[in-house]
Amino acid sequence: MATSNREHNAYWRANLKIVAVLLFIWAFVSYGLGIILRPYLSNIKFGGTDLGFWFAQQGSIYVFVILIFIYAAAMNRLDKHYGVDEIDKSG
Amino acid sequence: MDLQTLSFLTVGSTFALYIGIAFWARASTTGEFYTAGRGIHPVMNGMATAADWMSAASFISMAGLLAFKGYAGSVFLMGWTGGYVLLAMLLAPYLRKCGKYTVPEFIGERYASNTARFVAVLCLIVASITYVIGQMKGVGVAFSRFLEVPFEIGLFIGVGIVLIYAVLGGMKGITYTQIAQYCVLITAYTIPAIFISIQISGNPIPQIGLFSDITGTGTPLLEKLDQISNDLGLAAFTAQSDSMLNMVLYTLALMIGTAGLPHVLMRFFTVPKVSDARWSAGWTLVFIAILYTTAPAVGAMAYFNLIGTVQNVDAIGSSNGNLEYSERPKWFQNWEKTGLLRAAPPYPTGDTPAERAAREKVDSFLAANPQAKAVFEGEGAQRRLVFLDKNGDGRIQYYNDTNKAYLQTAASYGWNGNELVKVDRDIMVLANPEIAGLPNWVIALIAAGGLAAALSTAAGLLLAISSAVSHDLLKSMLMPNISERNELFAARLSMAGAVIVAAILGLNPPGFAAEVVALAFGLAGASLFPALLMGIFSKRINNHGAVSGMIAGLSATLLYIFAYKGMFFIKGTELIANHPENWIFGIAPEAFGAIGALINFSVAAAVSAMTAPPPQEIKDLVENIRIPQEH
Repeated sequence: MATSNREHNAYWRANLKIVAVLLFIWAFVSYGLGIILRPYLSNIKFGGTDLGFWFAQQGSIYVFVILIFIYAAAMNRLDKHYGVDEIDKSG
Repeated sequence: MDLQTLSFLTVGSTFALYIGIAFWARASTTGEFYTAGRGIHPVMNGMATAADWMSAASFISMAGLLAFKGYAGSVFLMGWTGGYVLLAMLLAPYLRKCGKYTVPEFIGERYASNTARFVAVLCLIVASITYVIGQMKGVGVAFSRFLEVPFEIGLFIGVGIVLIYAVLGGMKGITYTQIAQYCVLITAYTIPAIFISIQISGNPIPQIGLFSDITGTGTPLLEKLDQISNDLGLAAFTAQSDSMLNMVLYTLALMIGTAGLPHVLMRFFTVPKVSDARWSAGWTLVFIAILYTTAPAVGAMAYFNLIGTVQNVDAIGSSNGNLEYSERPKWFQNWEKTGLLRAAPPYPTGDTPAERAAREKVDSFLAANPQAKAVFEGEGAQRRLVFLDKNGDGRIQYYNDTNKAYLQTAASYGWNGNELVKVDRDIMVLANPEIAGLPNWVIALIAAGGLAAALSTAAGLLLAISSAVSHDLLKSMLMPNISERNELFAARLSMAGAVIVAAILGLNPPGFAAEVVALAFGLAGASLFPALLMGIFSKRINNHGAVSGMIAGLSATLLYIFAYKGMFFIKGTELIANHPENWIFGIAPEAFGAIGALINFSVAAAVSAMTAPPPQEIKDLVENIRIPQEH
């Protein structure tokens, strides 16, 4: 399917939007909840410590994994929507 | 069966497996050698990348780091996993689309510059070689400690195995062995963790056990650890001990360093499609997360067990609350022999001025402490160890004797200084099964797991080096007309050369071996990551911008690291003492890569703005790599 330059630009902008949203969450759970906001969350107790500690040593990692899978799924949908997905070589 | 036989059996059978795979997955073309023919399933590539990434440091050292640093150790957990989010969303799919063999090749192509490519090769080689030294050391140590084979012979066996499967199979052979190595290392890591979690918290899942109550008490483990640390004058386990700015930058430096490491990036060239590269990054992080979320539990629990061995944690300060030196357990004695755990330093016998001074000190100590002298002359005489029983009670005290606020409390307990003078962080993983009293086969697994972690990372690094030499230097710059057959031969030859260099450096590790990790991440984060990112996301950055940005980011980072750690890590050439009070804005040398990257971005943007924009064909190239579909 032939796509015009304008469509490619729209595809690229949509891509950047997805990445921006996901990277915001990425920064929020690690630098935010895990480090900078930890003192403000210290009254939320969690398993013998506070929520910020859990995010720094466990939670942020789980969120990272989920973010990549959301990204992969969202991008594959975007590729199809703009008709730029790869032809499956296995047929 | 005794431990040594068991260890030999376990390690031997894993090695036989790796060799078997090597013969089965031989590479016959350069495509197979560099990228495994781009036919690796995304989940399999994820597993291989996880093994490639998780080194001897992840396997052996990280849990110990978390044990002794507590919350401050979180930078490693977040930094070394968060980098994959950047890699997945900003680099991997586009590099795969570009369809090149190596990372410098992409840089050379995008900036249409052999200079840029050469700078990238240089960064790659320095980062990879410094990194590989640590793996070689890990191999030697694992052999010498568990199999009681001398360090050098252990290293030769390890190098021989890597040589066979890396030279024969290239990326193809390495990928399949890494998949096997991932299975070995994750089993070896999680089984002891599950056992110890059940013992301490009653919960078989370490990730949950870490946040659970200690069995039989109503106290959560982390609360108890905070309380013990406090009672012993140590920094509270879960407390913030580092400056916030430094933690943020440190984490960021590790993240961009991870995303920019060429030996990891090149693994994403092996999957069939762009969409596979995206999924594969997700699977990689799943497989890494299994170990990385287990590590804090292993660290905290092993630390709790270790302190509990020396100190009855419910009777701190009572006269019989500490372990009697003569009654220390067998594992304590075993690890004392390795020098990694010490209540009793060896009696200084050397003839250097430093040794003579140390001997005088020990002699005067012994003269003043008759009890310690009796112990030394009795049992210690044969082993030449002196238990520095500072308060003469025959028991081992472990507390923070550099904490001035705590001195009075310690004095009121009759303590006269910390007597567990050395606890190497690495024993948190290595000795964990013994401390917890686990069966011998579990201990044997640790040896095989540590070796799998070290060998898989070493192979990945060596491949990155050899393909940079044969493909980027030889094929593209020196001998463009080389035939495929000869290039494949050159690739094998440079692989063998890289293995030999790594072995020599592993045998004579430069004194700075432990500190170069900062350098590897600094190089990757401050030079390669920005160059790749700008190459994909900007059409305006040109070759002048990229080259000057890389050099600026690189030199700033090197200067900052060398200023605190010595020029080329040579002791005595530091410009300023490496102490948190001297750091600019409290930024550690290891964390400076983030600032280096910022410098790189700014310089590249400024220089590009002042020079002509890239030609149309480069803009078309960027346009093309942004779209997954082939034209």
